[in-house]
Amino acid sequence: MNTDRLVVVGNGMVGQRFVDALRARDTDRRWQVTVLAEETRPAYDRVRLSAFFDGVSADELNLHTPDDGVDLRLGEPATSIDRARRVVGTATGEHPYDALVLATGSSAFVPPIAGADLPGVFVYRTLDDLEALREHARGRRTGAVIGGGLLGLEAANALRLLGLTTSVVEFAPRLMPAQVDLAGGALLRRYVEELGVTCHLGVATTALRPGPDGTVAGLELADGTVVEAELVVVAAGIRPRDELARAADLPLGPRGGVLVDATCGTPDERIWALGECAAVDGVCHGLVAPGYAMAEVVADRLVGGAATFAGADTATKLKLLGVDVASFGDAHGTTPGCLDVTYVDPATRVYAKLVLSDDASTLLGGVLVGDASAYPTLRASVGGPLPGPPLALLAPAGAEGTGLAALPGTAQVCSCNAVTRDDVEAAIAQGAADVPALKACTRAGTSCGSCVPMLKQLLDAAGVRQSTALCEHFDASRRELFEIVRVRGIRTFSQLVAEHGRGRGCDICKPVVASILASLGGGHVLDGEQASLQDTNDHFLANLQRDGSYSVVPRIPGGEITPEKLIVIGEVARDFQLYTKITGGQRIDLFGARVEQLPQIWRRLVDAGFESGHAYGKALRTVKSCVGETWCRYGVQDSVGLAVALELRYRGLRAPHKLKSAVSGCARECAEARSKDFGIIATETGWNLYVGGNGGFRPRHADLFATDLSTEALISLVDRFLMYYVRTADRLQRTAAWIETMDGGLDHLRAVIVDDSLGLCAELDAAMNRHVTSYSDEWRDVLEDRDRLRRFTSFVNAPDVPDPSITFTEERGQPVPAVARTTPVALGMPEVRR
Amino acid sequence: MTVTITPTTLTWTTVCPLDRLDTDRGVAALVAGEQVALFRTADGIFAVDNRDPVTGAYVLSRGIVGSRGGAPTLASPLHKQVYDLRTGHCLDLPGVSVGRHEVRCRDGLVEVRLRQET
Repeated sequence: MNTDRLVVVGNGMVGQRFVDALRARDTDRRWQVTVLAEETRPAYDRVRLSAFFDGVSADELNLHTPDDGVDLRLGEPATSIDRARRVVGTATGEHPYDALVLATGSSAFVPPIAGADLPGVFVYRTLDDLEALREHARGRRTGAVIGGGLLGLEAANALRLLGLTTSVVEFAPRLMPAQVDLAGGALLRRYVEELGVTCHLGVATTALRPGPDGTVAGLELADGTVVEAELVVVAAGIRPRDELARAADLPLGPRGGVLVDATCGTPDERIWALGECAAVDGVCHGLVAPGYAMAEVVADRLVGGAATFAGADTATKLKLLGVDVASFGDAHGTTPGCLDVTYVDPATRVYAKLVLSDDASTLLGGVLVGDASAYPTLRASVGGPLPGPPLALLAPAGAEGTGLAALPGTAQVCSCNAVTRDDVEAAIAQGAADVPALKACTRAGTSCGSCVPMLKQLLDAAGVRQSTALCEHFDASRRELFEIVRVRGIRTFSQLVAEHGRGRGCDICKPVVASILASLGGGHVLDGEQASLQDTNDHFLANLQRDGSYSVVPRIPGGEITPEKLIVIGEVARDFQLYTKITGGQRIDLFGARVEQLPQIWRRLVDAGFESGHAYGKALRTVKSCVGETWCRYGVQDSVGLAVALELRYRGLRAPHKLKSAVSGCARECAEARSKDFGIIATETGWNLYVGGNGGFRPRHADLFATDLSTEALISLVDRFLMYYVRTADRLQRTAAWIETMDGGLDHLRAVIVDDSLGLCAELDAAMNRHVTSYSDEWRDVLEDRDRLRRFTSFVNAPDVPDPSITFTEERGQPVPAVARTTPVALGMPEVRR
Repeated sequence: MTVTITPTTLTWTTVCPLDRLDTDRGVAALVAGEQVALFRTADGIFAVDNRDPVTGAYVLSRGIVGSRGGAPTLASPLHKQVYDLRTGHCLDLPGVSVGRHEVRCRDGLVEVRLRQET
């Protein structure tokens, strides 16, 4: 069979999507594909680029799936096109083509401002840009962004996350001028400034000034203002990468870009262009959804189809600096004779505008700021009849669920992937019973995810329902929430509750979400909004006692401690008059500390080399051990060494409930490993792993899971066991109950984490690796941060006054609470029948 | 503990700048010798006794705020009873309630006036 040679220039989101689409359609394997990429990384999710600063790794942004039929040449950019000979040149050779697809994307536009080439001035385009920016931010305090559009505000948020005091300079009189109108922009500005980002609007940047070290130090604005900035991001727009086409004498659009018609073809019938570098009928599209649509068009044409590009949905919904902003259709009301319906609620700080046709019957577009819950329904209705009375659509209370019934079957539910209501309902009829299933078979919700609430509504409307609701604020279970947060890269409770829940949360869902965010590496538990979600124990990183005082537990890995450290604990306890007790987990608990004493106590402990023991968290507590072969005449393995290694590996891992472990050095089992969530017992030749044990209210012996493991194999299994538990258990479900309620029980667990039956192991391994490498002592991090330390105050207006209600009396030579005990919460105790 | 309200305590006391209150997280304040728990929420600023009426411990400022139905709520950090911040009534235990105080924000400063409960 004949094969034709296809060369794709560019491996961005759209280039990759094109290759995927072509490979899916080219069932005859007609095309032999070569991809020439400038970057050294395969395609990644540029839309979520900013998630990089929230701790999402470059790997997680990856969009590229290995394909043996595609020759992907990273770091080998195309440098020329010879149309006569039909070859693309690179620095290292030539690639002949029968068809050539240009997917070169765009580059950041840097306006000709004096000083724009200073060190410390960045663009915000690639992962390499972001890495360089993060490196430069280290140790610096101030930053500025030139450009208050979508990308500029994303960059501003990134600078905030890097700890810089941030300013935004925008030439237009409002933020996000392309998407939002003046009133919406004003509200957006209020939100943004409340986050500490200073906005300079309606003013041009005239120069960037260097500091004494030659790196950028500030911005001069046209109105004479000088803005201090040791790091500057230029986000003033993008320009299509059309230089290859230009040099090959292909026609360009009036504002640049490779000129193509609705087939995405250039006048040279062998050359196509798509994505941000293409000017379709003269117009460039800077969003990913139109690029994806072009990718489908060209893929179809290359296998003999006749698809055309029908125009672009420029709708945008995003969370910028914690604010929901959405814009869709004719947001600026440029259609002749169109009408506006505007809803402004200063109390809830919501702004919404609908643009209607002159007879008020057809929805043309709109803008939402502050609450974008109506976005999926509204966007899908653009160009059709209004799905309800305008006010009912806009008022936040009426937004959810309104109008779904009125939505025609041909309306696009997911415009990123062009999935209609009919498509979704057909998938439901064929048995898709939840959102993940719908995503898998329709691709709806797999790009920006904003239609996920609508997918749920469509499932509900079809009668598919199961209540695993976490609480009145979330219909999802903990396990489902975990997936939502993980897949969508959600970093805050407020985003989660706005998009996937209702109300303001409670003492059930807030700690659950805090734990999920922490499990996914959401940064320090006291940073930003996360602090407000924490139960008091996690909030003060100590254990609340009945009198309002707290207890402190430094980590003593494996229960092994030097005399010097024992002395420090004794001295701290003596100096702060703390009650001390040895715990069941082989460490020492110090009781009776007031909140304002906690940092002083921890300063001493951290200085002596201690770190948080996480006794306060739903997290790994201890790995208890017997003394093992080092001393014991029966021991067959180094149980203390393994316990220390395990405790250091899993310390700080936030989980649905606390986790306990133990290692015994021989079958006599002195460490009581079988009463633990994961227990290890030494054999002559290795280790036996037991899982799902429990002490406590309902004791359960752990089940034997695997035998005679090498240390390496053991750690790999425990990694996966813990991560699978973290991902899938219910709230406050210990591993014992988790395994008991699991469909298929222990066999299923074995299939998943030993045989990789769900194909999850690589992800679980990566997640654990991320946990291990990103671990940082929570208490040390508090002591180094004034903002976090500020929380440890007795009274906001009298920080020097200790809480007078906390008083002690003496019992057996130690301080104990002086206040009488009240009746504790009763647990049902078993009775003995006589 | 019995609270005797004297006329001098019935005045407004400036407690702290508004920006010292984090959204949805409480702080404790001392107002004329009384411990008051202050919360800044999307529904406004609330002030209640810091004393947990169920256990007697002065800990309510450390509870998690949220909502139940339409009511802004506070959950005790000790045993999680939930209170309606607007009325002080416990939504889990009939007959239990926590004392409320008046609170306002003027010129960026939070002010509290102790309220005599009947």
